[in-house]
Amino acid sequence: MVEVRLENLKKYFDRGRVKAVDGINLTIKDGEFLVLLGPSGCGKTTTLRMIAGLETPTEGKIYFGDRDVTYLPPKDRNISMVFQSYAVWPHMKVYDNIAFPLKVKKYPKNEIEKRVRWAAELLQIEDLLDRYPAQLSGGQRQRVAVARAIVVEPNVLLMDEPLSNLDAKLRVAMRAEIKKLQTKLKVTTVYVTHDQVEAMTMGDRIAVMNQGKLLQVGPPTEVYLKPNSLFVATFIGAPEMNIVEATVVESEGLFLEGDGFRIRLPDDFRELLEGYIEKDVLVGIRPEHMTVKGVSTLEHVTRTAEIEGKVDFIEALGTDTIVHAKVGGNIIKIKLPGHIPLPVGETIKIEIDLDNLHIFDKTTTKAII
Amino acid sequence: MNERTMHDLKKLGFYTLIFIVIVWMGLPLLVSTLYAFGTPDDYYNPHRIIPLHYTLETTKMLLFTLGGWEALKNSIIVAVLAIIISFILGLPAGYAIARFIFPGKDTIKLGMLALKVFPVPIMAVPLVMLYIKLHLIDTLLGVALAHSAASLPLVVLITASIFSGTSAELEEAGMVFGLTRFQSFLRITLPLALPGLAAAAMFTFVGSWNEVFAASVLTFSHRTLPALMLTLMETAPDYYKFAAAFIMAFPAIVYVAIARKYLISMWGIALK
Repeated sequence: MVEVRLENLKKYFDRGRVKAVDGINLTIKDGEFLVLLGPSGCGKTTTLRMIAGLETPTEGKIYFGDRDVTYLPPKDRNISMVFQSYAVWPHMKVYDNIAFPLKVKKYPKNEIEKRVRWAAELLQIEDLLDRYPAQLSGGQRQRVAVARAIVVEPNVLLMDEPLSNLDAKLRVAMRAEIKKLQTKLKVTTVYVTHDQVEAMTMGDRIAVMNQGKLLQVGPPTEVYLKPNSLFVATFIGAPEMNIVEATVVESEGLFLEGDGFRIRLPDDFRELLEGYIEKDVLVGIRPEHMTVKGVSTLEHVTRTAEIEGKVDFIEALGTDTIVHAKVGGNIIKIKLPGHIPLPVGETIKIEIDLDNLHIFDKTTTKAII
Repeated sequence: MNERTMHDLKKLGFYTLIFIVIVWMGLPLLVSTLYAFGTPDDYYNPHRIIPLHYTLETTKMLLFTLGGWEALKNSIIVAVLAIIISFILGLPAGYAIARFIFPGKDTIKLGMLALKVFPVPIMAVPLVMLYIKLHLIDTLLGVALAHSAASLPLVVLITASIFSGTSAELEEAGMVFGLTRFQSFLRITLPLALPGLAAAAMFTFVGSWNEVFAASVLTFSHRTLPALMLTLMETAPDYYKFAAAFIMAFPAIVYVAIARKYLISMWGIALK
């Protein structure tokens, strides 16, 4: 188990015309579960494949601890990988699939037997060892792939969207299981996904990527509550963060003025918004950081602002209610706990938690607050 | 007409079609086999369509007196050599086309097929000249090389499609878990591709087995079976021709039957 360090890692395809990975610096701590999160085509899988050695970087270095592995073939890196398609070999029985990495590394026979049993037991597939992969369900094949990956005690465990081919129920169960397994084995893990829920629930830290660049790295709550850019803010969270245009205005206090609302900002925002007076910005607020006055209250909130809106549509999810409110020309989504049947068309007062208000620069899309 | 009779009619049509196809292909084979073993007297008897008396003399004569046995062995050697040569050259090419992106890939694929456009008779004279200089004339290796050249484009294209059908991730998994690319190819991709490769080998074998022009031009004492039969049949009586047809067809049918069984029953499971 090692620390993995990526230094200015780049991968260009098609003679530099496609910049799949464009200068990534990232340290994955020993024993850490790091999730590479991003939309498809953002370069996360290419990054993973470079760590695996299946892809040679155009530029940059990869270190496992102090060892430079940039140009080592995969077999000399002592890594394991769970592939998106599982890549369980169809011409070998489950036992031989799991034993394969051990056989290649010339473990003694009784040791192989012992380790295969151990891994199979851990993943509850002892009964399947005698079968061919074609006789297994998708979920079982997935377990075989994971068992094969942990049987050798790898330096680094790499997972490439391992749950994306499972049905929703199984995915939730496997999510918890993989996370528990990783905590138990303490193996440095890089997990690639485009599913923000997986990232939030599994990662010790999340690294958000877009267009070949690393946007933000941090623990899930930090990335969620303090996104450093518009992309991170809107990519993580469901329903996604409300974004509206507004102008910063100074008139006996600091205000955000937009279509159908005017919010007074606390004085400590002034310093950060210095250069933005009389300029357009993007304002972001998550659905759960707002409430409808008189219906429910925000907890642990010190400073709030109030705007007016009209109920446009109600999504009843059972445990939560998503209120679509029309504020000026914008539709704002508000997430309220419980079942709240507000009549459509009613005028409501929306309370906003100012400590969870985000303001983004309109041109750079970087977070100001 | 209700749905049930429609269904029955369709079924009837389907089986009629199958019957016609089987008769079309099987009847000549059956008749020539019967004539091959019929006695000359029965063959020339105008009142008998199907011979009643059978003999092995004609076949024996062809095989052991007229050099058929030697030619049969030559044919097998040439076909096996052609498979080996075209696979040694064609397999890596097919793999490269399936797995890698490189400049000129489509041109190469098209270029290989374009080679098939040139008729062999046009190339015959230069080929003989070249073979004389290389001392390949009248050798089995020479014929095998000519047959390999003919089957190579097919082998490359067939293996390319087989390799692109076997998942690259399976091979990469092999590399991740401790193999080199070549080892991973040998231990993972190759066994999975085997049914398809058997098909490619079948094409090469049948192609070489039936090829007569190059074999006739390039050899005179070491003839392959079709080349020998062609020379013998110019002067032989009819029933010899049927015996020759049987000797030509029988090994090929046996080979295809075996290869076909192999194609279907790999691992006892269907790999797509």
